[in-house]
Amino acid sequence: MSKKITALFLCLLAIISLAGCGGSGGNKADVYFLNFKPESADIYKEIAQKYEEETGVKIKVSTAAANTYEQTLKSEIAKSSAPTIFQINGPIGYESWKDYCLNIENSDFARLLTDDTLAIRGKDGKGIYGVPYVVEGYGIIYNDAIMKKYFALPDRKTKITSTDEIKSFETLKTVVEDMTAKKAELGIKGVFASTSLSSGEDWRWQTHLLNVPLYYEFRDSEDHSDPTIAGLNAKEIAFRYSENFKNIFDLYTDNSITEKGVLGSKSTSDSMAEFALGQVAMVQNGNWAWSQISDVEGNTVKESDIKFLPIYTGIKGEENQGICIGTENYLAINKNADESAQKKSLDFLYWLFSSKTGKDYVTNKLGFVTPFNSFSEAELPGDPLAREVVRYMNDENNVTVPWIFTSFPSDVFKTKVGGDLLEYVQGTKKWDDLTDTVKSSWKSERK
Amino acid sequence: MNRASKKWFTIFLLPTFIAFCIAFLIPFLMGLYLSFCEFRTVSDAQFVGLQNYIKAFSENREFINSLWFTLRFAIVSVVVINVAAFLLALLLTKGIAGTNLFRTVFFMPNLIGGIVLGYIWQLIINGVLFKYGYSITSNAKFGYWGLIILMAWQMIGYMMVIYIAGIQNIPTSIIEAARVDGAGPFRTLFNITIPSVMPSITICLFLTITNSFKLFDQNLALTAGAPSKQTQMVALDIYNTFYGRVGSEGVGQAKAVVFFILVAVVALLQLYLTRSKEVEN
Repeated sequence: MSKKITALFLCLLAIISLAGCGGSGGNKADVYFLNFKPESADIYKEIAQKYEEETGVKIKVSTAAANTYEQTLKSEIAKSSAPTIFQINGPIGYESWKDYCLNIENSDFARLLTDDTLAIRGKDGKGIYGVPYVVEGYGIIYNDAIMKKYFALPDRKTKITSTDEIKSFETLKTVVEDMTAKKAELGIKGVFASTSLSSGEDWRWQTHLLNVPLYYEFRDSEDHSDPTIAGLNAKEIAFRYSENFKNIFDLYTDNSITEKGVLGSKSTSDSMAEFALGQVAMVQNGNWAWSQISDVEGNTVKESDIKFLPIYTGIKGEENQGICIGTENYLAINKNADESAQKKSLDFLYWLFSSKTGKDYVTNKLGFVTPFNSFSEAELPGDPLAREVVRYMNDENNVTVPWIFTSFPSDVFKTKVGGDLLEYVQGTKKWDDLTDTVKSSWKSERK
Repeated sequence: MNRASKKWFTIFLLPTFIAFCIAFLIPFLMGLYLSFCEFRTVSDAQFVGLQNYIKAFSENREFINSLWFTLRFAIVSVVVINVAAFLLALLLTKGIAGTNLFRTVFFMPNLIGGIVLGYIWQLIINGVLFKYGYSITSNAKFGYWGLIILMAWQMIGYMMVIYIAGIQNIPTSIIEAARVDGAGPFRTLFNITIPSVMPSITICLFLTITNSFKLFDQNLALTAGAPSKQTQMVALDIYNTFYGRVGSEGVGQAKAVVFFILVAVVALLQLYLTRSKEVEN
């Protein structure tokens, strides 16, 4: 008898444990936002709570781990309670998720856009399927304190007297190489922070840096006036400015704090830490890196000393070039969600980017420079790099470089270029091999 | 008793069977079907026939390269791990002082997860290579030997425990009889010990072969395939194919099926070969 009871008990236990597995996540939220930015995960949770207090609508926010958004989205969207708000990374992202993106042209949220050409449109140019929510910029971040120290040196090789006068690759090169020669006097270990090339950490070069030479190539396109569209339609590329890409890449690695052989083990946070500790004068990155600089323990860089310099590569007419400004963050609404959830999602986004509480979170906590007309000039984030982005955006004398890398054919393309850059600095590949890789994998990935 | 156990048989089996279906059988069958489809998410797929399989081999040489790399890795690591584990087991059944301490120490690395191990060894190996101006990504050889060292460090202790159990199971009477008959230590090793621990060898070979083929986290954490995918093993290649490009999810799935068949064939072949050598005590 007791055996039977034990058996029954074990059976029950097994069933309960099985049921337990399936039973979690029962509290159904109306809006499910799959967030892309891990650095803002906690802030979004706070926002969701605030919104629930104000309106009673429950919002579930979940955040994909860094570099795994596509993977997470792929599995989440197949679930019965799929995300209602998700993010796509541009036209290429739209291409893969077009079956899931709702046309939100007539929503209040989409109408917030100052310039609706920024939005992602359908194949026929109609409808709005993705709305950018943040404008970001990248370039060469420099520490003005170190630069001033350099320009105070009596025996420097250049005639110019401030960093603002660096207007071309040639000047940049002279200054940088002279600084390398005088690094002991300047108290730095190298001019540039490590060119991080470990796997998953090479996006600053294979995506962001490569954007510059390819932008000039697409800008020259005869068929399309918009370089991004020219890029999207390019079946093949000539990689005409390969030499210019080499110029700047060599400058980074020849004047780096780190030996070329070990760059393959460096990460982005390594280089941001080197910059924050004042060991280097320059690092290529974007305004999102501010938190990475300010959070480093022992940070010696003053807020007022952090500035952007455009990425000069030696292309004709670059005197007027600004920093690279654009976005790869577009919000989309899940087409397959039920109608009330879609509406609630749009309401939430509209609230976030137009109400007083929402805007306060966006500017002060998330630190976004947005492309929306609901934000006034005064409502801009306070961090120095975001302010620099705004300065470059508003500077009439500068031509900012758009983010045409949203037209790069696939991740495989970028990884291949990154692999070749690594092999190039390690000396196992020639620059010509890299040029071939860029051309051939563009062609094979764009089908 | 027998009748009662038959009656209860199905009920007891049910929970495990359901779990097996949910976590293994259904995903496996779905995966098999998806390898013939083009799809974005697993819930909407379009049948395309054998196209994915053709693409897996013809699109580029990455799959073949990674298969070759995996094979080279598996052979060396299986030999290294099993020989070292067996020798350690022999040593630690001789009754040296501190045997238990040594067994624990050798077993410890197995308790650490693959990703953590990968990063730890990346630091160690880079720490050495930095002195010469290299890093682990400088040359595919570094990654290859790094993986073998890592895998050996992780698996030797585990295999050693299995071998120790096997060696301790050998009846002392047989060994004594051999000694009386005049067999030296080598003779005893090859004619008594090794044949008697054949069941352990079967298990250890099976575990090391399958684990070496399926290696993923250690590979990802140590080199992630760098430089230029030269140290990319099959599991990592499948993962990268699946997520690297829109529209090639099916190709990744097809690679996974090919990989499954390959591992299954190798493992079954090995089981058959070593089983036939097992002797009854």
